[in-house]
Amino acid sequence: MFFPISGVHINPVLLGLLGLVIGILGGFFGVGGSFLSGPSLFSLGMPYHFVVGTDLIHIVGKSIVAARQHRILGNIDLKLAMVMMIGTLVGSETGVDAIEALKHSGEVNLVVGVTAIVVFTGISFFGGWESWQALRKSRASSDKGDDPKKDVLVFDRLAKAFQGLPLAPRISLRQSGIARVSIWSIVLVSFVGGFFSGFLGGGAGYIRMPAMVYLLGIPTHIAVGTDLFEIIISAGYGAIRHAMNGNVDILVALVMHTGAAVGAQIGAKLTQYFSGPWIRLAFAPLPLIGAIMVAAALISGHHGG
Amino acid sequence: MDASIKKVARYFLIELGIYAVLAVIYFLAVLQFLGSWLNWLFHEQRTYYVVASVLIMVGQAVGLERLLTALSYLIRRGKK
Repeated sequence: MFFPISGVHINPVLLGLLGLVIGILGGFFGVGGSFLSGPSLFSLGMPYHFVVGTDLIHIVGKSIVAARQHRILGNIDLKLAMVMMIGTLVGSETGVDAIEALKHSGEVNLVVGVTAIVVFTGISFFGGWESWQALRKSRASSDKGDDPKKDVLVFDRLAKAFQGLPLAPRISLRQSGIARVSIWSIVLVSFVGGFFSGFLGGGAGYIRMPAMVYLLGIPTHIAVGTDLFEIIISAGYGAIRHAMNGNVDILVALVMHTGAAVGAQIGAKLTQYFSGPWIRLAFAPLPLIGAIMVAAALISGHHGG
Repeated sequence: MDASIKKVARYFLIELGIYAVLAVIYFLAVLQFLGSWLNWLFHEQRTYYVVASVLIMVGQAVGLERLLTALSYLIRRGKK
């Protein structure tokens, strides 16, 4: 099928299937899935500048479907999401500015690529280790009759430090089960997520979801749902900016989204059957796949940064 | 395989089949009726193209989510 805006011929069935896979991942893990959809669209023949923008607008649509399902399941903390929105938008703008500054130095591909590899690999190994330890701990506690579905966090020192920051104003997050936390802790964590969204592209759920769990102490299911809400904002903002620059093929995004809508519902519903540590353990290899793809792009010279 | 899992899988496949037919009809219609207009907007009226793109994507997301929920409800009710 010919898509006149980007001027490419792509099989719509492949686009739908790609959307389905990305949708399942997004609904289950609370990520945009740009680490998979970006390289896939590129390999289907789409020019890289269209890949970034088209992917972002498709992520918006898919995240709306998944976030609505998570809202029904009670997995979105709206108060947390509203505060995070401030940091996400400021961070996203700072990330885009950092890219522009690096463009002038001529080292943008190398700096962005190496940063992405280090960050993705670090998250992957730490998340894998922590969730494995948490599973062992939850197995031991379930032997004693505790609820095995209860979220268990082994490495909670950072979360306690962030929650204990004595900076006013402090708010309570009843939905997330947090009695008092400084707004500045939330803004800082969302700023980091937003920064990487602007700096590396995509919705940056691969950073924001683990950051909410490990730095703020948000239960995994709520982190997944709330992250999807944040992705609508950060990817939506990025999509509008890219669309203004002529980098969005809405027809490709719409076809891809027909598959993603089903996948997002499946992924969101699946979270009901898995405990927090299992979701985090399954999530752990994803950033590593992203790191490998970035490394491959750097070596082959195909990088859009 | 557990009977309840089989039941859920069967409902899901029926739902997916109906959805796939509706989705194909939908995106052929969108490409047929909106394709050339969106292409023209993209080249001539970029701001309107951005607004139209966001509105169509949000509309499709909400519409498909409602369609899937309704399909799921109708199939389960029909089987009872």
